[in-house]
Amino acid sequence: MIEFQDPSILPEINTPMNKKSALELRKVNIFYSDNQAVKDVSFNIRRNRITAIIGPSGCGKSTLLRSLNRMNDFVEGARVEGELLFADENLYGKDVDPVEVRRRIGMVFQKPNPFPKSIYNNIAWGPLINGYSDSTDELVEKSLKQAALWDEVKDRLHDSALNLSGGQQQRLCIARALAMEPEVLLMDEPCSALDPISTAHIEDLMFELKERYTIVIVTHNMQQAARVSDYTAFMEMGDLIEFNVTKRIFTRPSVKRTEEYVTGRFG
Amino acid sequence: MAKEMQADTTVAGQSSVLKATSSISLSKARWGESAIKIWLALCAFVSVVTTAAIVILLFSETLNFFESVSPAEFFFGTTWTPLFEPSSFGVLPLIWGTMLVTIGAAIIAIPTGLASAIYLSEYASDRVRKIIKPVLELLAGIPTVVYGYFALTFVTPALRNVFPDIQVFNALSAAIVVGIMILPMVATLSDNALRAVPISLRQGAYALGATSYEVTTRVVVPAGLSGVMASFLLAISRAIGETMAVTLAAGQTPNMSLSMFESIQTMTAYIVQVSLGDTPTGGIAYQTLFAVATLLFVITLVINIVSQIILNRFREVYD
Ligand SMILES: Nc1ncnc2c1ncn2[C@@H]1O[C@H](COP(=O)(O)OP(=O)(O)OP(=O)(O)O)[C@@H](O)[C@H]1O
Ligand SMILES: [Mg+2]
Repeated sequence: MIEFQDPSILPEINTPMNKKSALELRKVNIFYSDNQAVKDVSFNIRRNRITAIIGPSGCGKSTLLRSLNRMNDFVEGARVEGELLFADENLYGKDVDPVEVRRRIGMVFQKPNPFPKSIYNNIAWGPLINGYSDSTDELVEKSLKQAALWDEVKDRLHDSALNLSGGQQQRLCIARALAMEPEVLLMDEPCSALDPISTAHIEDLMFELKERYTIVIVTHNMQQAARVSDYTAFMEMGDLIEFNVTKRIFTRPSVKRTEEYVTGRFG
Repeated sequence: MAKEMQADTTVAGQSSVLKATSSISLSKARWGESAIKIWLALCAFVSVVTTAAIVILLFSETLNFFESVSPAEFFFGTTWTPLFEPSSFGVLPLIWGTMLVTIGAAIIAIPTGLASAIYLSEYASDRVRKIIKPVLELLAGIPTVVYGYFALTFVTPALRNVFPDIQVFNALSAAIVVGIMILPMVATLSDNALRAVPISLRQGAYALGATSYEVTTRVVVPAGLSGVMASFLLAISRAIGETMAVTLAAGQTPNMSLSMFESIQTMTAYIVQVSLGDTPTGGIAYQTLFAVATLLFVITLVINIVSQIILNRFREVYD
């Protein structure tokens, strides 16, 4: 039914992972107790690309995103079915250590949530608890540079992170996630609490980061999805309505609902 | 311009309608309200006046006391025998007795209370919490004389099995029961402090590949530390002020011994002894009562103020 420009973005059931994928979702269903929030969703997340998840409020975007690094484990009653392949293993397999999953698949939240510690310790915290034994000075500098925050904070690394502005705090949280050198970075509406300038900062940042990381971003901002992402998944009421390269979704979507949503005409 | 004018006339028109239907002078219902307000203010005033009267009484009697006994003797003397000759007014043995019981109680209550708080806020399911919290509150509501009785009839005999030469009245059993007594306070207040740490911090830590243990010990407890410290201080001040249990369990022997197996006397136990005894009103022995009470009052007041300061700082962190 749906015609894809690039067939590698759709999973083939019962085969090994596509080499280009960082993550593959195969018939993923997510429930909260008896409520189904995500229904039979399948698509591939390409390595070193930015994949956007869009859709109306309550359609299951955050739920789906949280399932990608097992943050749903903390939600009482949440249950994930289907296959989520990462490095040829199902994220929800019996022998999988969720702590290790979260170490390799990082997450940035909608509201900046720096620890009430110094800027330096916010960044060094993750590596230190994970047994990083070299000097953290370099790592802190590198991560802050990657998050385009270094110049603004290099003279006050030991000040409390809570004194930073909202946009700076969010970039600090990105730097904190990057310090773990994750393979995938999940971002749930990372700019929704930020002003346009901070938002532009973070969008620029994402372009740079995709050389080294795979990024999945949930956003309500159509322009943002169109600007930054390479692939876009459009969801509605738990269903994946359409998944394709972003340009296609925003210019010639195959499904009428997608077109109505991305152009702002709700039916 | 024309629009603004129009808006103005609408407002003016509205207020004239209001004027036509109701007066702006106080109605009867409002008078009733201010009567209630005055009555409430009076109640508040009574409690303020009572507190002030107590404080003034304490301080003036204490000043009288210091006319006959030098502050140096009171604060640095090591013998406390105000009720019989040769009388001596060194308060250190009472402070020592209080400290012995308080420190012992803190050693028992602080680690256990903090551990319970961590369990309750970080690990227990809602169902378990709903059972444990009321039990803790129940424990906090037991009259303290019951704890004293429990110390005499159960804790001391039990200790005797282990340490045969322990005295009938001893600091150890007092410390144990006071520790049990303040434990619910530490647990409940620390639990509240830990639960006030935003969930988003925990999520941020988990997302960095932390285990629950690391999240608890290296994010949640440090973030809630000021609240936790305040709970320790409040519990300690409660232990210092505790009266019935220590009077029953630790006895009435002012003593600077290092041994917890011996009878001691705390500041509060001394106050009980004088209040119940036949000490004549107005004499120097009677005034010691006020000097000791003032000291007790100042110590607990300082601790409570410090914990309040710590708590306020804590509030600033998450506004
Ligand atoms: N913790 C939870 N417990 C129960 N149901 C939940 C929970 N979180 C989300 N849901 C339900 O799952 C569905 C999807 O929610 P989700 O938060 O994933 O939506 P979303 O697409 O991220 O919405 P938004 O754009 O508003 O963030 C909703 O119907 C929501 O009510
Ligand atoms: Mg969401």
